[in-house]
This record gives sequence, structure tokens and C-alpha cells, in this order.
Amino acid sequence: MNQADERTRRAVEAVWRIEAPRLIAGLARIVGDIGVAEDLAQDALIAALEQWPDEGVPRSPGAWLMAVGKRRAVDLIRRDRTYARKLALVGRDLDADESESGLGIEPDAIEDDLLGLVFTACHPVLAPQARVALTLRLLGGLTTVQIARAYLVPEATIAQRIVRAKRLLTQQRVPFEVPAGAQLAERLPSVLEVVYLIFNEGYSATAGDDWMRPALCEDALRLARVLAGLMPAEPEVHGLAALLEIQSSRVAARGGAGGGVVLLADQDRGRWNRLMIRRGFAALAKADALAKARGRAPGPYLLQAAIAASHARALTTQDTDWAVIARLYDALIVLLPSPVVALNRAVVVGMARGPAAGLALVDELAGSGELKDYHLLPAVRADLLARLGRYGEARTELEYAAPLARNAAERALLLERAAALPR
Amino acid sequence: MRYMSLIKIDPAGVPEGGPSEELMTEMGKLIEEMTKAGVLLDTAGLAPLEESTRVQLSGGKLTVLDGPFTEAKEFVGGYALMQCRSQDEAVEWAKRFLTIHGDQWEISLEVRAVQEPDA
Repeated sequence: MNQADERTRRAVEAVWRIEAPRLIAGLARIVGDIGVAEDLAQDALIAALEQWPDEGVPRSPGAWLMAVGKRRAVDLIRRDRTYARKLALVGRDLDADESESGLGIEPDAIEDDLLGLVFTACHPVLAPQARVALTLRLLGGLTTVQIARAYLVPEATIAQRIVRAKRLLTQQRVPFEVPAGAQLAERLPSVLEVVYLIFNEGYSATAGDDWMRPALCEDALRLARVLAGLMPAEPEVHGLAALLEIQSSRVAARGGAGGGVVLLADQDRGRWNRLMIRRGFAALAKADALAKARGRAPGPYLLQAAIAASHARALTTQDTDWAVIARLYDALIVLLPSPVVALNRAVVVGMARGPAAGLALVDELAGSGELKDYHLLPAVRADLLARLGRYGEARTELEYAAPLARNAAERALLLERAAALPR
Repeated sequence: MRYMSLIKIDPAGVPEGGPSEELMTEMGKLIEEMTKAGVLLDTAGLAPLEESTRVQLSGGKLTVLDGPFTEAKEFVGGYALMQCRSQDEAVEWAKRFLTIHGDQWEISLEVRAVQEPDA
């Protein structure tokens, strides 16, 4: 391959990453099935790879791909009468679609198609893992190989997950549409959860020896921003975007030397990215204003973003307004009564109302038997014990926590803390 | 990855009257598109070169010069900070930004990755 061809191939790939979601969404509206739509989009991509090296990259590459994809969709339907009948059954009129489409695609229609793709890929009939894979692939424009690399699993695993997810959507006759009104509110959490899971996988890697996989965090953040653009009136969508912007602002300060991790309290706050924090604050303000305007109590993402924002406002750990954060956790635990939230709340209460108050909450949690294999439970307990001067017990807790840690960096950190305790 | 795109303009290649209304409309649309795509973090145009100040260090000696700098062959007219998955993607957005300028402008973009700390 000569240099010009190589440059074109890279341009085609870049165009794909930008245009894939809109292309697949627009085609899914015509054919009513995201699996078929993706195949058609891939056909258009192959056509681009064949033609652009000779003809050059067109001025509107997205429109070019869409035009090719739509022609293929028409061919498919003409070739396959059964498929056409199936389409008629779901009430799709191809001719109408053809006449209204052309190249002057309405931006509003595209956004509606994208939303349809979001809600289909994140449909609750799919398990969270399947939703994640499908979302990264269809909305993130990632290849199966890239997703597999990000999740440190074999490519075949992801490929199979995606194939099964698409098959399930077809079998369950999940329509390609945007849920309306109350249904949207009902379905929104399953969408937001997907983006949140992707971010967390990157932020606190559950497998492998890296503490963070920043590319995955960036993919999630990008998806959150896209959702905020598509659903500008939903406070929780802005809440999620705010949360992820602020969490992302700490990525540089969070990575310690040698792949370790620096905890929030010990981070050099000068390394927090102020631009991301500002963007997070802006998204949070929007979420807050929308929730108030719509008479809604703050949702779980808005509350978590408000907590993250409180930390971001404190220029030093000592400046942290723990009382405010503790109150936010009091509200969050009602909406998200999960053991992990309860544990975080214990940490915050330990700061706001003293280590003994925090320890009481941790002991309550430990007594419930939940999180018994979670390394952070003994780690938090150790911290509170140490603050009460009970160093021996604290050391025992940390040594117990270390083998439970999910990766080498976390394990090393726990042992370091044990060794640093006064004897 | 973040990418800084520096917009470099040849003073001889600016159409009379500056950016047309049509260009401003197209620019607004592109900025909205890039924002909604989750790519654009920050962007701005810079005040005219005549209003700039050049602070220079040479041989340990500081000099402060006020504009205009008529000898300038090109000047930075603005910037865009993007978050993209690859340099290729940043380049693709850069192409779109240039394309809307039409054929009246002599303008180039320098697309540079922001050095991220190893995480």
C-alpha cells in the first residue's frame, strides 16, 4: 500500500468512528433492525475503502456513506420479498423513507434516529454486559477488537456477545423507536447504567494489572456528552455527564508512580484538570436547574455529581465540606441502598461526624455479611481504627484486605498502608 | 486523548470584510455538531494581532513588543481543544473545519496531541 492509500485508509477509519452511529441509526430506521443496519453500514464502509483511494475522500463523507447505505437497504428489500413483508408488518414504508431522505437529512430526524439506537442498544431485555458491548460498538464506533482489548477478553467473547444481543433483540421483536413520555423515564436508567459501567470499568479496572484504562473512561465520557446533547431536558443525563467530567478531571492525579493509585485525600489537587471540573460544574448546574424546573427530586447521578463537585471545590483535603457531603450521602443511600454506597457513606460520616460514627456504620455493614469479599470494607475499617489509635487491629484489617484486591496495584497499596502504621 | 488544533491564518489570505455571515452560520453548526459528538472541549477565536503583545527572551534578555506585527507571515487566529480517540479523528474534524471556509481563505491547522501523564 502506498503512502496516499495508507492516509486514505486512516481517513476512512476516522470517518467511520465519527459517522458510524448516525449511519447505523439512520439505516436502522429504514430496515427496523439494528443488526441488519450495521451490516448495511459495513457495506458502505467497504465501498468507501474501495472507492476513496481513487476518487478521494468526498467533501461530506457522512452523507456519502448514508447514500450508499440507503441504496444497499433498498437493494436488500427488493431482493428479499420476505424481508419486505416483515417490514410492512412493522409498519415501515420504504418508498416514503426514500423520498424523504435524499442527502438533505434533517438534523432533528438524525437525532431521533440516534436516540432510537441508544434505547434499542440499551434495551432492558439485554443483560448489562450485552448492552455495554452493543453500545460501544454501535454508538461508540469501536471495533470488536478494540472492545475486547479494552475489556481484556478474547475478541471471540465480545463478537459472540454482540451477535447474541442482536439476535435477542430480533427474537423479542424489540422495535426500533424512542420510548415516549413516562416510558422514556422508565427506560432511561438502563441507558445511563451502561455509560456508568463503561466509565467504571476504565476508572477502576476490575481485571488486569492496570489501575485505570483511560481510553475507556474517555469513551464513556463521550457517550455521556452525546446523551446530554440528545436528551437536553433530562436532569439525570446532565447529572451523569457532570459526574463523569469531574471524575475524569482527577485521572492525572490518581495515577501514582509504578502503576499504583493515589487516593482522593492524597491527590495533588493542582493536577486536577480545571477545564473538566468547569465542564462538570456547568453540567451539574444544568441538571440542578432542570430538576427544579421539572419539580423532580435530585436523582442518583445528580447526587453523585454533587458529591464529586463538593470535592472538586475544596482546594485542599482539609477544606472539604464533609457535612455537606454527608447530607448528600444521606439522600443517596435512600435512592441507591447498595452496600458500596453504604460503605462510602461510612467513610464520609467518619469525616463529618468522627471516626467512631463511621466505624459504627462499617460494623453494621460488616455484620450484615454483605461485601464480605470486598477489599475496601476491611480497608475502610482499618482507616477508621487507625484514626482511633487502634493500630494493631488496623494492620490486621489491611493484611486481610490485600489478597482480596482485584489487581496488583491495589494490593500493593494496601500492604504499603499496613507497613506504614505505627507499631 | 486531547488534541489542540491551532488555527493559523495567512494575513494575505483573509477575504475582505473577514468571515462571511454564511461562514459564521456554518461554523456555529459545526461547533454544535462537535459539542454534541462529545469531541469539542473548548474553542475560541483570538483578538486581532494588532492588539497582541510579544514577550521575548533572547540571550537572557527580556523584551516586550506591542503589535502590530506587520512582518508576520501567519498568525494564530484561534484554537480548538478536542477530545478524540486518535490523531486521525482529530485530523478529520480539522478537515471539516477548513472545508466550511471555502476557497477564499489561506488557512492551516496544526493538530497537536496534548501530552497526557501516564495513567
